[in-house]
This record gives sequence, structure tokens and C-alpha cells, in this order.
Amino acid sequence: MQLSRPMSTAAREALDHPVAPWLFIAAAATVAPHFAHQPLWLNIFAALLFAWAAWLWRHDRRLPGRWLRILLVVGGCAATLFEFRTLFGRDPGVALLVMLMAMKLLELKSRRDAIVLITLGYFLLLTHYFHSQSIATGLWLLTALWLLTAALIRVHGGVAATPRHALRHAAVLAGQALPFMLVLYLLFPRIPGPLWGLPRDAHAGLTGLSETMEPGSIADLVLNGEIAFRALFDGNPPPHGKLYWRGPVLERFDGRRWHPLPGLAPAPRLDLAGQPVNYQTTLEGHNQRWLLALDAPTALPPDTVLNSSLTALSRRPVSNRHRFNFSSVLDYRFNTEENAPVLQRNLDLPPGFNPRAVDLARRWRAENDAPLALIDKALGLFAREFFYTLQPPLLGKNSIDDFLFDSKRGFCEHYAAAFVVLMRAGGVPARVVTGYQGGERNPVDGYLIVRQSDAHAWAEVWLAGRGWVRIDPTAAVSPARIDTGILNALPAGEPLPAFLLARADWLITLRYRWEALNNAWNQQVLGFDQERQRQMLARFGWPDADWRDLASALGIATAVLLAASLAWALYHRPRRDPAARLWHKALRRLARRRVHCAPWETPLALAARVGNERPELAPALAEVVEAYLLARYSAAGGDLKTLRAAIGNL
Amino acid sequence: MSPLPLSGRPRPLAPVLARAGETILGKATEIRLAVACLLAGGHLLIEDLPGLGKTTLAQALARLLGLRFSRIQFTSDLLPADITGVSIFERERSEFRFLPGPIFSQLLLADEINRATPKTQSALLEAMEEGQVTAEGETRPLPQPFFVIATQNPAHQIGTFPLPESQLDRFLMRLELGYPDQAAERRLLEVGSQRQRLDTLAPLLEAGALPALQREAAAVHAAAPLIDYVQALIEASRQTPAFQHGLSPRAGLGLLAAARAWAWLAGRDMVLPDDVQAVLPAVARHRLRSLQGSGHASAEDIAALIRGVAIP
Repeated sequence: MQLSRPMSTAAREALDHPVAPWLFIAAAATVAPHFAHQPLWLNIFAALLFAWAAWLWRHDRRLPGRWLRILLVVGGCAATLFEFRTLFGRDPGVALLVMLMAMKLLELKSRRDAIVLITLGYFLLLTHYFHSQSIATGLWLLTALWLLTAALIRVHGGVAATPRHALRHAAVLAGQALPFMLVLYLLFPRIPGPLWGLPRDAHAGLTGLSETMEPGSIADLVLNGEIAFRALFDGNPPPHGKLYWRGPVLERFDGRRWHPLPGLAPAPRLDLAGQPVNYQTTLEGHNQRWLLALDAPTALPPDTVLNSSLTALSRRPVSNRHRFNFSSVLDYRFNTEENAPVLQRNLDLPPGFNPRAVDLARRWRAENDAPLALIDKALGLFAREFFYTLQPPLLGKNSIDDFLFDSKRGFCEHYAAAFVVLMRAGGVPARVVTGYQGGERNPVDGYLIVRQSDAHAWAEVWLAGRGWVRIDPTAAVSPARIDTGILNALPAGEPLPAFLLARADWLITLRYRWEALNNAWNQQVLGFDQERQRQMLARFGWPDADWRDLASALGIATAVLLAASLAWALYHRPRRDPAARLWHKALRRLARRRVHCAPWETPLALAARVGNERPELAPALAEVVEAYLLARYSAAGGDLKTLRAAIGNL
Repeated sequence: MSPLPLSGRPRPLAPVLARAGETILGKATEIRLAVACLLAGGHLLIEDLPGLGKTTLAQALARLLGLRFSRIQFTSDLLPADITGVSIFERERSEFRFLPGPIFSQLLLADEINRATPKTQSALLEAMEEGQVTAEGETRPLPQPFFVIATQNPAHQIGTFPLPESQLDRFLMRLELGYPDQAAERRLLEVGSQRQRLDTLAPLLEAGALPALQREAAAVHAAAPLIDYVQALIEASRQTPAFQHGLSPRAGLGLLAAARAWAWLAGRDMVLPDDVQAVLPAVARHRLRSLQGSGHASAEDIAALIRGVAIP
């Protein structure tokens, strides 16, 4: 029986045919989540490459030649360049990696190729966290990691050559890594804010309120069931109708769109009445600076400011989920004295737009000079003749006129905009405030969930002696929207966000539980930030640890763990007899000369092989082999001195 | 086999192997395995198509080793008594006298064993296992040494009763001769069949010398790491999904005995992993049933088994 094989380094050894499906499966599991957010052509291209490679393997065909592969790589890069206009950054980088992964399947010839593929897979796993850090992502990546490791074990063959063994072995390895993972998780110095060095587009594609408002911009948002932020109150949350989470205040109207204006007065002046409400919000990353506090915030978290229109702002755009602690007083008076320029700009209307609305407001003002009467008239008009709907008809150039006199149906942004235009035309300073209204209390964990669908726009008018007063014209049209939420406010038959359609109790309960679980994950696992890390260390009697302390703690903990594992491994290691130890020393020497011995290859077979392929090594090796075999296998037990001397000559 | 002069001892039985090699051309490894099988005290099954030299091999070995030889051609109407012998009534002495059957020999060639009915087969196989024959209420010991070399045609041939697994396990080794290579075939065509000249083969071993050689072979040293290796191979045969069942403890004992004989033939007084690897296919293939396909384990299956086990 021919037992020796051509001399080859382990890496260049040909890949066993049955290993390929492992690589296909592991590669598919690694790449799959990216399919959700990649251009369609790339998905199709990658899927075709996968299918092609699998087909070639199944039918035992030759892999494509070098020029075809070069063509594929160049074509893929060109397509990526065409799609993204660059090869750098998050999305093009990931796209390239996915493509290379699929192409690598077309050149799986040797073990080395398989190992390159698996290493690329480990790296590609990390890139999924650019897009999602949810529990499902974590579980998926853990599974993919497991499959990759099993494939790696399978590539190396040996004891764990059967699928079950490989999978079990991989699970054991992952389990052994767990303590190290925990230590790193708990002790790795946390960086406040985003990770350094992330590509500039790393946070693209986050949804939320935008900085401007035009007809339709909020209606789009309302169909989105994503969570904007969560809030946890000390005690019971205030009633639904009082939950106005303030975002950007829009003061300039160009006829179609509302824009914010830079603040003038340095700080808002508040007269407060009543007890403050304390709460913590966990804001999802939205790439904007506003923090969405309840009107009116009195105590702010560090690194945030209150601008002159009472919006709480972070110093940097919030691109990651973040926690903020606020106190707000819900009964307040805001800027009873206001700067003249501010009042003036809140009376500005673009000339030439919406003449009928301006006319109407002027008529009303002529009938009764009191601002309150003007407000009453406008709200009365809305309450009498208007409909609340998410599907308003399209509006023309004079959008306010069209809305007020023709369509008479619309959504919060229409009402807020029309109301502000009427007020300004009637001589009352007014502006649009956007933000979120309400929220839904999750009975499982007590958090108030505010979704994109709770996005809202309302108005604020300035009255002498009262300051800026919130007027919500939507409440006049559809009180249900403000008191209970959007679900009860929409007329029957309107399309709703899918998540809101779940009416069955068990579905709602399930959703609450799922969101509570996600929240716990966010708060406890993802939310383990610098502050929490400090608190944890303080609890263990180590107050005020800075990153240097953490680094040394991490080093010590890792060293202790490693030492413990090493001790365990040494204790349980098979007692190798001295001859075997020397033999392995000889094998290491041979390996340095690029002669590798498979674990199943006998010393005699090795000697015969070396005699054929590397005659210059053969005589010295023959001596070692003879001495080793005598020492290890003979009845008398040869002497180790000869063996040592022979190894010395190798 | 070994490129190394591990010991200065001459290789025993080298002349036997050489002479047998002249009779069956180009089958040195198989001859060596067959001799190792007999040295280990095991029975041998040779399986192949007709005309590949099965019978010639058995006869040559019997003559060269100086063994009392007899041969039974198995047919479908062969009865157990045709093998073990019958008692006949002697009128002069008014008593039954036992006429021993062909099984009372030292090397029995059971030709085309799978042509006989299972009943007859089992009579032979029982004798193989027990080393004695029970006929008509009396137990008679078989001569020592006692070997069976059975030949069989592959089971897909018409009119055969394939041996069941339990019976196969009683053969220490199973060999396939296969076609001769080009050079051997050429020589065969030039010099003609050696079968007629079998009678001219002179025994190279005195009668009664073989048991002593068997004892020597059984005394070859198997060190603890070598036994570890045998154990690891057996364990791997039970763990791997390639086979329906793993090797039996009897197979393990046979493997070690065969490896000892192989080492002894190489002139060594210790068993090396090479010896185990060399005899493993012959010892294991007919005892393992591969999970894919219906047949016995292939040579590739055994090679994969070997590649899956690190030498301790």
C-alpha cells in the first residue's frame, strides 16, 4: 500500500473534495445578512458566483482559469466604483469584500485557498455591526462564527474529520473563548462616542426627523415603525396628551418648506410651575444634534445645551444609541420677554404666496383684534371642516391656500403649517415645532416607546405676557391623535405601518416582550459604556479607574485566564514519553527545512519519502528514525542518548 | 519494505516468499500477507474472479511450508459429512470405523466456498473456530497447525451463497489478487502457467517446524505506544461515519497478531506502526461495511481511516 504522498507543505496540499460544501455554507452564512442592504446587481452577481462555484464542485468540473478570474475581479471593482464612485468607505468596502468572498470560491484548489476564505470570513463578520447590533444579528454572527470555525477544523482534517466532530469541536473552542470574551467586554477601555477611524459613511441611512419640513415629510416617517427613542420615567409617565418631545423649531417659511433659523438670544428664560419630571431617554442614533426632551427641560445631561428655542442639543450629532438624563417641568412660561428681531422673523411670510390665506387672516384680525380670538377662529375652522388623513391630495404652489380652501384634509404638518401662516398673516408671531408626540408604554419593562410613527408637528405662538404658547392644531381636528395615539386617529381604510396592524392580544404581548428584550439588550449589553464600566469597577472597590487602570486590569485578567488555561492544559496533557518528545523535536527541525510529516505518517514512511525527495537530508534522518524506533518500540528500549545525538546532527 | 537495517537479523522465510513469488508472478505483497496470516495462526480468504491464481497460491504455500494439504471443491450439493468424514460399519470387526474427511489435514483449501449451502459452510467454519470436529457424537481434534485457505468468487456471480458477516469475521485476512501487472503478465505468457510444476516445489520447511515459527512471531514485542495506535485505529473505525459498524475486539486481536507476523517476516523483533498500516486493509476490509454503497469497505476507506488517526 502506498502511504507516502508527494512532499508538500501543509498549506499547498490539495483541498479534499468533500470539504468544499462546508466552505460554501460557511461563506453563505457569513455574507447573507449583507444582502439586505446591498445594491441588487451585487446580490445577483454574488449569488451567481456562489451557484457557479457550487455547480462546478457538484459536477467535479475544472475551476475557471486565471484570466477569467482576473476579468471577474476587474469587472467587480469597476462595477463597485461605478456604483459608489469610490472604493473606500463602508459600503464600497463591504461590497468589495463580499464580491471577493464569492470569487474566492471559484479558486478553491488548495488548503491555503480555504484558509484565506475562512480568514476573510472572520473579518467580514465584523462588518455586519456597521448595520445592526441587535440580538438577532449577534446570534446570526455567532452561528456563522461557529460554522467558519467548523469549516476550518474540517479543512485541517485529522481527528475531527466527521461533520459532527468538527461542529462539536468548533463549539468547544467557542466555549473556551467565552471567558476571554467576557473579560474583554467588561474591561476593555470604553471610548465615549463613536469608534475612531470609522469610515465617514458609517452612519448613513439612519432615519428620523429631518431639519426641514414640507408637505409629506412627516407622513413618510409615520409609516415607519422603527423606534426613535425610549424613555423611562421616575414614577408614572405624564398623560399622553402632555408628552411633547421637542425637536427642531422651524421659523423660516419659503412658500413650500420650513427651515430653522440660527438662534439669537443666548438662553431661554423659563418661569416654572409644578414639580419636575425626571426621566432617562435612550435615543437611537439619528445623525442629528437634537435630543428630544419633554417641554420644558430644566436639567440637562453633560455635553448638551439648550438653544434659544428650547430644543436640547448635543454637541455632536448622535450617531449611536445613547442615554440621556433629563428633568422637565411640564407647566412653564417660556420667554415672556422676547427679542424684537425674533418676534419680527416669526411674522415673516414669503411675498406672493398663499394670498387667500393671508386675506382670511387679515379679515379675522379686522373683526377682532385680540390674538386669542384669532387662534380660536383658526382652530374652530379646523375643527369644523377638516379631516385628518395620511393620504392628503397633492398641493400646488400655494400649498396653504390649496389646503385651507380646497382639499381640507391633511396631516399634522399641514395643520401646523397652515396655522402658523394664518397667525403670521394675522400679526401674531408663530412658528412650527417638530418632534414626537406621545409614546406607548411597554407593560413588560415600563419603558415608554416612541416610534418614528409618533413624529409630529405643532405650532407655537408668542403672546404678550404669556411667552411662547404651544398650540396643537391637530388636536382641534383629531383629539384622538393627541390623547391616545395615531392608531385611533386615522380613518378606517388608511394604510398603516405593519407593526400597528397587530390587533390580536397575543401578538401585541409578543411585540411588547420582544421590544422589552431588545431594550434590555440595548440597555445592559450595548449600553455598557464608560460610565457603567466605571460604576461596575467602583462597586468592586476600584473607584475612578481611567483607561490606563482598565488596560492593566485587562492585561492582568487575561494573563490570569491564560495561565489558568495553560495550567489546565498542561495538567491534562497526555504524558508524552521522552522518546516521543525528542521525535517531535526532530519533526520541528524538519519542518524548518520545509519537510512536513502528517500525523498519520510513520517514521519509516517519512524516511522513505525524504530519501526520494530530499536525499541530502536522508542519511541524518535515517539515523534519527532508527534510534527513535528502537527507543520507542523495541522491547529493550533503546537509549535516548543515541537519539539525542542523531537529532543533533539533523 | 523497510529502508533501514533496523536489525541485522536475516529475514526468516525469505526463501519461501521468493519461491512462491516465482510461482505466482507479480504478487509479492499478497504472498507476504498470506504467509503472515498463516504465521499469525489465522485463516485466509482469497476473493477474486476465476483464473487469477487463487488455488495456485494456496497449493504453493502448502508445499513450500511442508504442510499436509487437502482440497475440497465446494459445490451446491456438498454435505457437511463430505468435509468432516463418515463412520462406516466394518463387518469383520462388527463395529463402526471413522473415515476422516479431508478436513483432517494441516492446510485445507476450500475452493469456491460460496458455492456450498450455508449448512455446509458452517460445518467448516465451526471447525475453523474450534480446532476440532464433532461427528456422530464424538469430538476429534484437528491436526496442528490447522489452516483454512478459502477462495471465493465475488458474490455477484450466479449461484453463490455469500458468507454472512459473522462467518467472515472468522477469517483473519481477506485478500484480493487482482490482475497481474504488465511485466508479470508478459512473463506468465512467456513461461506458461506454473501450476503443473507445483509438484516439483520442494518443501523449504521441515514438517512440524511451522508451530515454532508461529511462537516466534507471536513473541514479537508490541510496545505500549504501538498498542495505543492499534486501539486508536479500532476506536476510529467505530467513530467514523464511513462504516456501519466498527471493528470487533476479535478483529483488534487479529490486527495485532497479523502486525506481529508482518514485523517478524521483516526480521524485526518489534512491531512498528508501519506493520499495522500494512496489514490493516487485509484484516479490516471484509469486516467493515461502508455506509455509502452496499459493499465492503474499499481500499480508499481504509486509507482514509489511517489518515484520520495520528500515530501516538
